[in-house]
Amino acid sequence: MNKDRRSFLKVSTAVTAATASLVPSVSEASNDYCQEHFDNAFGVLVDTTVCVGCRNCELACNQQNELSEQPDDHFSDKSVFDSRRRPSVESFTVVNSSHDSESSDHESYGKIQCMHCNYPACVSACIVGALTKCGHGVVSWDAWKCIGCRYCMVACPFQIPAYEYKEPLEPRVMKCTFCYDRVHDNKKPACVESCPVEALTFGKRKDLIKLAHSRIESNPDNYYDHVYGEKEIGGTSWMYLASTDFINYDLPKLKEEQIPQMTETIQHGIFKSFLPPLALYGFLGLVMHSIRQDKKKEAENNEQS
Amino acid sequence: MNNLEVPTSIDARFFSKGAIILSFLTLVGVLGYIYRLVYGLDAATNLDNQFPWGIWISVDVASGVALAAGGFTTAALADIFHRSKYHSLTRPALLTAMLGYTFVVVGLLADLGRYYNVWHPVLPSMWQGNSVLFEVGLCVMIYLTILYVEFFPIVIEKFLGHVNLPGVLAKYNSLVESFLKISKRTLYRMLSLFIIAGVVLSCLHQSSLGTLMVIAPYKMHPLWYTPILPLLFLLSAISVGFPMVIFESILSSWSFKLKPETKTLASIAKYTPILLFIYLSVKIGDLAIRNSLGYLAEMNIQSISFIIEIGIGVIIPMLILFQRTKRYSIKYLLISASCIIFGILLNRINVFLIAYTPPFSTGYYFPSFIEIAVTVGLMSGLILIYRFMVIHLPVISMHVDRRRSDRPGVKSDIVSGPSKSASTKKG
Repeated sequence: MNKDRRSFLKVSTAVTAATASLVPSVSEASNDYCQEHFDNAFGVLVDTTVCVGCRNCELACNQQNELSEQPDDHFSDKSVFDSRRRPSVESFTVVNSSHDSESSDHESYGKIQCMHCNYPACVSACIVGALTKCGHGVVSWDAWKCIGCRYCMVACPFQIPAYEYKEPLEPRVMKCTFCYDRVHDNKKPACVESCPVEALTFGKRKDLIKLAHSRIESNPDNYYDHVYGEKEIGGTSWMYLASTDFINYDLPKLKEEQIPQMTETIQHGIFKSFLPPLALYGFLGLVMHSIRQDKKKEAENNEQS
Repeated sequence: MNNLEVPTSIDARFFSKGAIILSFLTLVGVLGYIYRLVYGLDAATNLDNQFPWGIWISVDVASGVALAAGGFTTAALADIFHRSKYHSLTRPALLTAMLGYTFVVVGLLADLGRYYNVWHPVLPSMWQGNSVLFEVGLCVMIYLTILYVEFFPIVIEKFLGHVNLPGVLAKYNSLVESFLKISKRTLYRMLSLFIIAGVVLSCLHQSSLGTLMVIAPYKMHPLWYTPILPLLFLLSAISVGFPMVIFESILSSWSFKLKPETKTLASIAKYTPILLFIYLSVKIGDLAIRNSLGYLAEMNIQSISFIIEIGIGVIIPMLILFQRTKRYSIKYLLISASCIIFGILLNRINVFLIAYTPPFSTGYYFPSFIEIAVTVGLMSGLILIYRFMVIHLPVISMHVDRRRSDRPGVKSDIVSGPSKSASTKKG
């Protein structure tokens, strides 16, 4: 039995290896990552059923990242919930109230920020590798490399990165940094630490997924039976629980397919060991040469006759 | 025989009425460009976090690259497939491609937030093989270099034996002369290598420009979002190549009061309806396979723009050019070529702007005055430099009887090509 299983494993790994070498797959494209890698990366679980809309996270984020100075009462102003806000160069995260129309007196809140995807479209898109995903799960941006093409903004399915259009010389791509330095020092991100009701839980991604499912199981009436970000576009570091459809919290409906899969498959297919371009070069060269020879012969024949 | 047609510089005044208007537009564009550099993107453009790309990307860069496709398509036809009767068209096409790509880069620089870092993709430490944009950038850089190399023989032809540097530089005359001589010898031998490389690189980045938007599946309207977008971009670029050459040839014969090369143009135009038919079939077939034909009936800005793109840009010119008699009419050639160019321009705008509908957008994007001014200024500047170079360098091929015709050629209907008997004295 054991032997059988081992040989089966052997065969299956061989088959997988062979297929992997033939088909340009995403695992090859983003070969720095594997599932285990994502399990141990950090993440945050946002439980929108707990959030009270106090906006402390916005304040903490503003201070931590030294964003634009705001008046004292700015972050306690509840009138911001009258409209939908998007993250911007001034705020990496914003809390919106859900327009859950059916139960009008029940208001719930959810904060949005960079999701720090497992397979980030922005990282795949970036022309110079200014955007990277590190082992801790953080997608970060390198000012020194960036050329300012804003292709990351086009690529992001959550429509998160903001751009400092007002800066004529050194505009930055602005988005949640997942408090890179804090997380690397084994500290919670500023927003998580500031949350008074523990709507935000920081931890290893695999633990958070377990926690999320156990919350749904223990209280199925309270939750919409889905952990947003567990599987969407290959998984994200930030994940959500909610009582209604996630679109109410500005979280778009996404498939499980990783976003960079299509473009990277096309790209790596065209450039597979540079064979297709070289083949085209060879083919055109051959055509050019043979037609030239034909014409020469024709000319010679004409001269002789 | 064809060797009677020799590329020559043209005896014409640079500042025609049109050139004066273009100079004014260029000046406005330059001022807009300076304004953007000084005050930044926010002051100069209507771009925002929802719409990070505007007309500088969709028109200046994407359409610019597509409309410069005349360069590689004519080179492939005349040099690789040795259809030597089209040789007279290669130099104008090459010049357009060279200037077109140069202005693509100039336009791109305006759009880049950190334009001074534009060279970063060259550094191996920043290579990013997964990025479509990286491939496009690198291909365009190499191809632009190749275009300059391909154009250099024309400069050599002009100056070899006539190098006459002004003032103090005069003592270097012989040095420059021998440099030109050596380059001529080596270049002429290697030119075919460069020509093939140019065609390969063009196929690569023309298609990859289409792959760019494949990374935004949730933001693209289904009329344009398809995994075969790169194939569609390549097919449309190949289709617009000859019409662009035809368009320019007719306009420059009109501007310089030359007889249009009707026979050659009619002949090269016969490929276009076939290419358009292939493009159209793939495009409609793709829509059908993706079950997206229904979106055409939506009658919103997307569906209307798509119908115009296909109707005016592909179907009408295809139907015109399938008729042999119409191909021999300068009027119909110009109409159909203009339709195709308009169609490709609209297609690129559609893919990069109209189809781009991010889920949480709060408004719409419409270009600012400065964005339009810079785009128009770049186009005008390109035409002016083209005019200048055509006047001073041997680009446009001429029969003896092409030199002076008192009538602008556009009016003539169904004319035969330049008569052979008149030009046999040449040579």
